[in-house]
Amino acid sequence: MRIEDVELGDELPEERPDVSLETVRRFVIAAEMNMPRFTDHEAARREGLPGALIPGIMSQGHLAAMIHRWAPGSHVVRIDTVFRTPMVVGTAVVVKGAVTGINDDGTIEIDCTIISEATGATGVLGTALVRLSG
Amino acid sequence: MADVDIRAVRDEWVGRVFQEIDLVVDQHRMLEWAITAGETDPRFIDPEHPDFQASTAYPTHINAARMLPDDFPNLGERGIDGGKAVEWHRPMRAGDHLHATVQIGDVYEKTGRSGTMVFIVNRMSFYDSEKRLVAEVDWRMIRST
Repeated sequence: MRIEDVELGDELPEERPDVSLETVRRFVIAAEMNMPRFTDHEAARREGLPGALIPGIMSQGHLAAMIHRWAPGSHVVRIDTVFRTPMVVGTAVVVKGAVTGINDDGTIEIDCTIISEATGATGVLGTALVRLSG
Repeated sequence: MADVDIRAVRDEWVGRVFQEIDLVVDQHRMLEWAITAGETDPRFIDPEHPDFQASTAYPTHINAARMLPDDFPNLGERGIDGGKAVEWHRPMRAGDHLHATVQIGDVYEKTGRSGTMVFIVNRMSFYDSEKRLVAEVDWRMIRST
């Protein structure tokens, strides 16, 4: 994808990432954050949480992966995420993004979100600065 | 906290490195991270790819032993994760020997409906063996009373 192919407001294809307990368990081992609040619903509820949580930094990874699929070969130069509400492992979440800026230096800006399909709540808000490959 | 002058805290603490660590980038961990976070780009999931590198959010999991300097002032008891930002300057490769510094990146206040909150930015900067900046991770911690 070249910057000439991008227009303000372009929406990235929505994605539904794998946030199953098995995948989250693999992730937290790789991330050295293997804690029950991410891998055990009952233990998480005992902490007052709605269930085992999808790690915020895993969500950040989902946003970057969506961008890389939309624009193969692109580089996410910067990504900033705010974790707004807990997202529960094993529930359906939707990852969305839209182009909000096209810069003179050839980078583009993308606003992205992760939303719970069950509740409609926004779990993660993000902004990314991306350099396209072309 | 009410008696703390945030501007004075910022002037005193921002830019102070309070911890340094050395690490080697682990290929297996890089791969597992990328795959489980949904990456399909071969740059991140194929070790044979000529541009194989760590995926975008990978450095966010590397934590220092201390979030704040030992003698950092108490800016509120309740802590909330205010989010993380990653900025890349060059790729992080499997086997790279990195040196990371941890400093206070910023201290600022925001006032909203729920009162005044103080944001403390923990900044971890990763350098390669030639002392070139590879990536920076800003972790915003929120304190409120």
